[in-house]
Amino acid sequence: MSTTPLPEHPAHLWRNPEPRSSYDVVIVGGGGHGLATAYYLATVHGITNVAVLEKGWLAGGNMARNTTIIRSNYLWDESAGIYEHALKLWEGLPAELDYDFLFSQRGVLNLAHTLQDVREGVRRVGANKLNGVDAEWLGPEEVAEVCPILNVSRDTRYPVLGGTYQPRAGIAKHDHVAWALARRADELGVDIIQHCEVTGFVKDGGRVVGVETDRGRINAGRVGLAAAGHSSVLAEKAGFRLPVQSHPLQALVSELHEPVHPTVVMSNHVHVYVSQAHKGELVMGAGVDSYNGYGQRGAFHVIEQQMAAAVELFPVFARAHVLRTWGGIVDVTPDASPIISTTPVDGMYVNCGWGTGGFKATPAAGWTFAHTIATGSPHPLNAPFALDRFVTGALIDEHGAAAVAH
Amino acid sequence: MLRLNCPWCGPRDETEFHYGGQAHVPYPGDPHALDDRQWAEYVFYRDNPKGPFAERWMHATGCRRWFNAVRDTATYQVLATYRLDEPRPDVLSEGGTR
Ligand SMILES: Cc1cc2nc3c(=O)[nH]c(=O)nc-3n(C[C@H](O)[C@H](O)[C@H](O)COP(=O)(O)OP(=O)(O)OC[C@H]3O[C@@H](n4cnc5c(N)ncnc54)[C@H](O)[C@@H]3O)c2cc1C
Ligand SMILES: [Zn+2]
Repeated sequence: MSTTPLPEHPAHLWRNPEPRSSYDVVIVGGGGHGLATAYYLATVHGITNVAVLEKGWLAGGNMARNTTIIRSNYLWDESAGIYEHALKLWEGLPAELDYDFLFSQRGVLNLAHTLQDVREGVRRVGANKLNGVDAEWLGPEEVAEVCPILNVSRDTRYPVLGGTYQPRAGIAKHDHVAWALARRADELGVDIIQHCEVTGFVKDGGRVVGVETDRGRINAGRVGLAAAGHSSVLAEKAGFRLPVQSHPLQALVSELHEPVHPTVVMSNHVHVYVSQAHKGELVMGAGVDSYNGYGQRGAFHVIEQQMAAAVELFPVFARAHVLRTWGGIVDVTPDASPIISTTPVDGMYVNCGWGTGGFKATPAAGWTFAHTIATGSPHPLNAPFALDRFVTGALIDEHGAAAVAH
Repeated sequence: MLRLNCPWCGPRDETEFHYGGQAHVPYPGDPHALDDRQWAEYVFYRDNPKGPFAERWMHATGCRRWFNAVRDTATYQVLATYRLDEPRPDVLSEGGTR
């Protein structure tokens, strides 16, 4: 057995233009969501006079830091709608973008360790099926068939009582996804401007007409915020609040191993999730640090608990070495669902609150956000994810299916 | 890992504490006077600054009492801890990021 070699990159990825004085649309944030939004603005809506402004380097935020899990087995109809739309887009995207980003539909197992976990899982499988999302409930023996290195013995602190399985779920190489989207958006005329931090907004009455940046003022017909962990910092500069809290979330990888781990395994209860990257690293994550934070690092005790859980579930990992740890800043909403919405400022739109799980949504976030920006009103898929749900009370409470698990 | 100074027990590791979010968010004085927007503000909206932030902590494995802290969310520096009945102290961050 050997691991998958990474594909070669195309000779040309994107230009590095100087910012122009004015654009029809300015997107703040050059992560996966900002890039996908620009791509669909160009391809679906024919809007190409667009700039994506990124304060650091392209896709160096959460896009470069996530653990790349893609799945659509969420509980509620609204979530199934948007995440399953994303999964369908993922399935066509490598061909559409003509870029092999190693999208691998190796399946995702969400383990159950308590009676309550079992009930939640069985219920979610039922909900998934009603929404046309592939899902199965597996007993411990079937779990072990999907992932033979998992310890399903009864003699552990939290035995595996079963799990949900989504066969179409999987992983993709995140930075290649960003580069693929950036390359196509660039070809279509979108200016991708790195090292350009948005520091304020220019307003005329209640309407946004431009952004201030550390490279000068840029006029904009419309502005889309896709700044993940920093959305509320930007919203405050624009004069409104967002119901999000920013938390550090960390992940780690081991050194390279021969392929041993055929799928993705997640456990909310014992707080670890694991997949094996194409090159062979074991990629592991856990929960967010409890406190608000903007430092791109997490606390060590979280790693300690995560390792304890990993070694109990996967005894074969006991002698693997941790090679690298890192953190990102995720913005969490009260109902663990995202916000893709108009804002109190005319011409300004926000895509945020994806918390620990927005990578999987990248194409659908871009699709719906582009629609919202282009038409000034939401697409049916993101209408339920508007800011006003916190006033009406029509929350989409995905804590069970979304929080912690990514 | 953070080190927090419990006003009753002294400095302890973060693992002894439970986080409680933003401090100084009073229950509405006249709940009946609030409209839906104001209720949303009270229930769902909290400050999320990049910099000094007044927040609540509970010494879960110690005295189990709540207290407040001012902590810089960019540097993770704990600038002050104080009792719930004390006002937010006037502390300045040393700046920087981590
Ligand atoms: C450790 C970790 C593991 C994760 N695992 C998963 C997973 O397995 N599956 C999954 O679905 N999701 C996962 N996520 C969540 C996912 O990464 C995010 O939800 C998603 O990347 C957010 O959208 P984005 O890609 O646009 O954000 P980002 O890539 O963070 O893009 C936002 C960009 O905005 C830029 N920016 C901020 N402020 C400004 C400014 N003022 N001016 C200009 N630019 C600015 C930032 O530099 C950044 O590049 C994980 C996240 C982390 C941190
Ligand atoms: Zn104490």
